[in-house]
Amino acid sequence: MAAKLQVELVSPERRLWAGEAEMVIAKTPEGEVGVMARHAPVFGTLVDGSVVRLKGVEDGDLYAAVYGGFFSVAENRVSILAEAAELGGEIDIEEAKTALERALASNDEDEVAKIEAQRAKARLRAAGHEA
Amino acid sequence: MGAQLRAIRGRIRSTKSIAKITKAQELIASSRIIKAQQRMQAAGPYAREITRAVSALISHHPTVNHPLLTEKADGNRAAILLLTSDSGFCGGFNANVLRESEALVAKLREEGKEPVAYIAGRKGADWYRFRDRPTEELWSGFSAQPAYVNAEEVGHTLVEAFRTPAEEGGVDEIHVVFTEFVSMMTQRPQVIRLLPLEIEEETEEAAEEAAAASGASDDSGPLPEYEFEPSPEAVLDALLPGYVQSRLWNLMLQSAASELAARRRAMKSATDNANDLIEVLTRQANQARQAEITQEISEIVGGADALAESNAGSE
Repeated sequence: MAAKLQVELVSPERRLWAGEAEMVIAKTPEGEVGVMARHAPVFGTLVDGSVVRLKGVEDGDLYAAVYGGFFSVAENRVSILAEAAELGGEIDIEEAKTALERALASNDEDEVAKIEAQRAKARLRAAGHEA
Repeated sequence: MGAQLRAIRGRIRSTKSIAKITKAQELIASSRIIKAQQRMQAAGPYAREITRAVSALISHHPTVNHPLLTEKADGNRAAILLLTSDSGFCGGFNANVLRESEALVAKLREEGKEPVAYIAGRKGADWYRFRDRPTEELWSGFSAQPAYVNAEEVGHTLVEAFRTPAEEGGVDEIHVVFTEFVSMMTQRPQVIRLLPLEIEEETEEAAEEAAAASGASDDSGPLPEYEFEPSPEAVLDALLPGYVQSRLWNLMLQSAASELAARRRAMKSATDNANDLIEVLTRQANQARQAEITQEISEIVGGADALAESNAGSE
């Protein structure tokens, strides 16, 4: 069994989750990054409206939707600093669906609507629903 | 005499209802203050991590430059952000912030800089409006219970203003006047410069640790030598506004806790004063009541005497 990572998922308002995981997968503007134990120190930005996957947590995998932020890896510690985030289990699927529909319905080249749609998709994915 | 007694009883009644209101305000403030302190603590991990990241980035990439870090040479427009409260009943809280800000305004003027006011909180806004002073931006509605989106909004506006050249209405530096939450009993108005960022301040802790491990090479310092994804410049560009917001968020939370503490103290002394007043007034009312009874008795006795005398005379 490989060494585990100490993971901390924090937003400015509170600490959402802290614990151990085998692998962390996050999405940066350049693509997905998978981090396992003894990874070299990395600091990166997270894509607004992406999903962070924590694999090998006590009870299976953990998903979280994050809306912008950063992650840092150093000495087997991973800190995910999200400007706002929701854990998969806390997401209201119905609400996310209506948010997605609303964002898609506006259907113009609006930046705000695009981000809204992306965030809603991330929430659905984090909650285990494919959009 | 009866009139006096009635007047005193009326005052007792109104003082009692004032005491009830201030007592309620005191209790509300005490329950919220605990929540505010918890929020301050909850904001800790994020602030610590982001500070660490900024320190690590800057100490390992000293050549990286960013507009938010550089001092503008010929700066003559300085923004001041005032964190005041929305509602009153909080003693000297707003007066202290405003006094501190006036001192800052005077200092900036002396240095030949033009102060530009950004105000959070209805009380500060009223104060400026009453004096017909121009304000750049006003926010209100969140002073005692700020949400992170408020910090985001304010932070975004300030960073934008800082990035705009002064000729186009931008500012060259940003100061914040807030109330530091020292303890439940002590809150102190403070001024800090938010932008351009002062690096010494945020690397203080790291510098101490580095000093402890001095003699060794840079690599064994306390801060890990991160690889930056996608590049140090891009990360810094995203990180610094986040860092500014996180700092602002911390200041807002401190101000909120201070406001509640100030309100609790002011309302506690108001309740105490009202209770003292009720005691004094009750004594006066008793005296008035007794004086009234005494007078009535002496009137009756005097009347009976006069009657007895007149009866004796007729016999």
